[in-house]
Amino acid sequence: MSILVNKDTRLLVQGITGREGAFHTQQMIEYGTNVVAGVTPGKGGEWAVGNTPVFDTVVDAVKATEANVSIIYVPARFAPGAIIEAADAGLDLVICITEGVPALDMVEVRAFLDTTDTRLIGPNCPGIITPEEAKVGIMPGHIHTKGHVGLVSRSGTLTYEVVYALTSRGIGQSTAVGIGGDPIIGTTFLDVLQLFEDDPDTEQVVLIGEIGGTDEQKAAEFIANRMSKPVTAFIAGQTAPPGRRMGHAGAIISGGECTAAEKMAALKAAGAQVARHPDEIAEMVAANLS
Amino acid sequence: MNLHEYQSKRIFAKYGIPIPKGEVAATPAQARDIAVRLGGPVVVKSQVLVGGRGKAGGIKVAQTPDEAEARADEILGMDIKGLTVKKVLVDEAADIRSEIYLGAVLDRARRRVVLMASSEGGVEIEQVAAETPEKIVTVAVHPFLGLRDYQARFLAEGIGLPKEHTRQFIKIAKGLYEAYMGSDASLAEINPLVITGDNQLLAVDGKIALDDSALFRHPDLAEMRDPDSESPSEVVARRHDLNYIQLDGEIGCMVNGAGLAMATMDIVKFYGGDPANFLDIGGGAQADKVATALGIILADEQVKAVLINIFGGITRCDEVAKGVLTAIESLDADVPFVVRLAGTNEKEGREILAEAHFPTATTLAEAAQLAVAAAKGEQA
Repeated sequence: MSILVNKDTRLLVQGITGREGAFHTQQMIEYGTNVVAGVTPGKGGEWAVGNTPVFDTVVDAVKATEANVSIIYVPARFAPGAIIEAADAGLDLVICITEGVPALDMVEVRAFLDTTDTRLIGPNCPGIITPEEAKVGIMPGHIHTKGHVGLVSRSGTLTYEVVYALTSRGIGQSTAVGIGGDPIIGTTFLDVLQLFEDDPDTEQVVLIGEIGGTDEQKAAEFIANRMSKPVTAFIAGQTAPPGRRMGHAGAIISGGECTAAEKMAALKAAGAQVARHPDEIAEMVAANLS
Repeated sequence: MNLHEYQSKRIFAKYGIPIPKGEVAATPAQARDIAVRLGGPVVVKSQVLVGGRGKAGGIKVAQTPDEAEARADEILGMDIKGLTVKKVLVDEAADIRSEIYLGAVLDRARRRVVLMASSEGGVEIEQVAAETPEKIVTVAVHPFLGLRDYQARFLAEGIGLPKEHTRQFIKIAKGLYEAYMGSDASLAEINPLVITGDNQLLAVDGKIALDDSALFRHPDLAEMRDPDSESPSEVVARRHDLNYIQLDGEIGCMVNGAGLAMATMDIVKFYGGDPANFLDIGGGAQADKVATALGIILADEQVKAVLINIFGGITRCDEVAKGVLTAIESLDADVPFVVRLAGTNEKEGREILAEAHFPTATTLAEAAQLAVAAAKGEQA
């Protein structure tokens, strides 16, 4: 077991013929991910990396290949349309890697997704990996190893950092989920914590947050009330200078300034172990195992 | 990206929000001409992208064109929080009876654009939220429905606006929402929105912050960027798609990914150092981009050591290694470097650096400690 993606994942790649799309599709196939189709409007009927059939629309691709998960590598201006198309075609899970999607486009996308059963991960995220089963994203696969630690993170490279430290200590991962760092994202800490709590293969969880927003505080509430598995947390940005935006009106509405210190305090109060720097995370996880 | 008051108010006007008559001047003589044309008392307002202009003496009333010229002469060239005033807005002085606040912002928790109003106009909304949060009324707008009349009415009633102004307030609130959506803003506020002596609502001051990710579809707004609001290094960084913020420390940091960049700063601090900057080179960074990034770091004279921390996902470590070498060759770098590469093509990357006799680190903790020691002049 694991969460979200596994060996039964039949992956569709939106933007498969682009430079990034082609490069990472190759990498995903090499890792062992079952890539069944690609979509690039206007290139239907062609073949892409790894003898993958290309379709003009997501609906065509799903009909022909029974794809159940989509990953999106299209440029930012086309990404909102790609997400909506994938959801409209009835896919269970859509992972949007693209960074730089306008925030107001994501407000619309989220409002539409609320009317469907599709789960979105991202945008601006590294994707999801269930080691030795499926890599659906851009993370370097070779640093991961199969095991029982679930990871959920707002960051990309910082997650690799932590995975690398875990693997170096011989500690494997059940699934690592990058939820993305944008203001509006499809899936939050809360959703992923629930999935890990329900996953028999996950024994403990690592949560990697950042300054800004209040999702970590909500996660803390969930950890305090609903989580039976140990959680180790890290918040990046303890030394970051206050934002140089003209105002913190966004933070006010969401409640509080949302500094790293506040988030760390909330998580600690909820019973999570809170690391002071990334290398300490693996130490804490290892201590839970001994 | 932040817009000046005069730019923000011009956008408001396009969406039917009443603003005072006024024009922008770059010289005292121009300010005088504008005051003559407006024909009455005016307000001379410095146009710099910081808050607290009034307190700093950057906003002054003038009764006559001569006075307008004199006030403009005082304000132009003035230094406000490190920024030099190059332009003033000369506005018809409003006859202010009372002041309210009206703003639009993205609420990430509710995933909606939210309109907020407060009876405390002319005060920073952050201050109102901290001291008297009960005076802020908000409504969340569904993106497929837009702002509805009843919601604007709810705001008006919530802040105790006299009923005679409700109709005009609804029009202004809808205009503000349209302006926000139409310009892909992240913040749009009218502060204060005043009730004038002749019972009209008027947007006397305002500001708009834009979502940088959406500028591609607003070339007209992108052109409004004020190059003076950024340091030369920040301008170079932005042109090369690098996310750079200068700080006060002595350890220059170059990292890929915002989260890892912040964590790298955190661990530098943890081991007793102070980061000189935040610099995220983003995904897929090529050799030339890395060289540019290093050039920016080395231009900061406070930097005593450079820590390069790259974890390769999209970015390949061999590319980074080549970039580091290119940068060192092209720049006159006499500070010690600590390089840590891991992830995609890490072996190739380390080999490239090893051939050039560069010190490399395996873990982040090791890299941070080496950099802190190097900055203190200790042998790495």
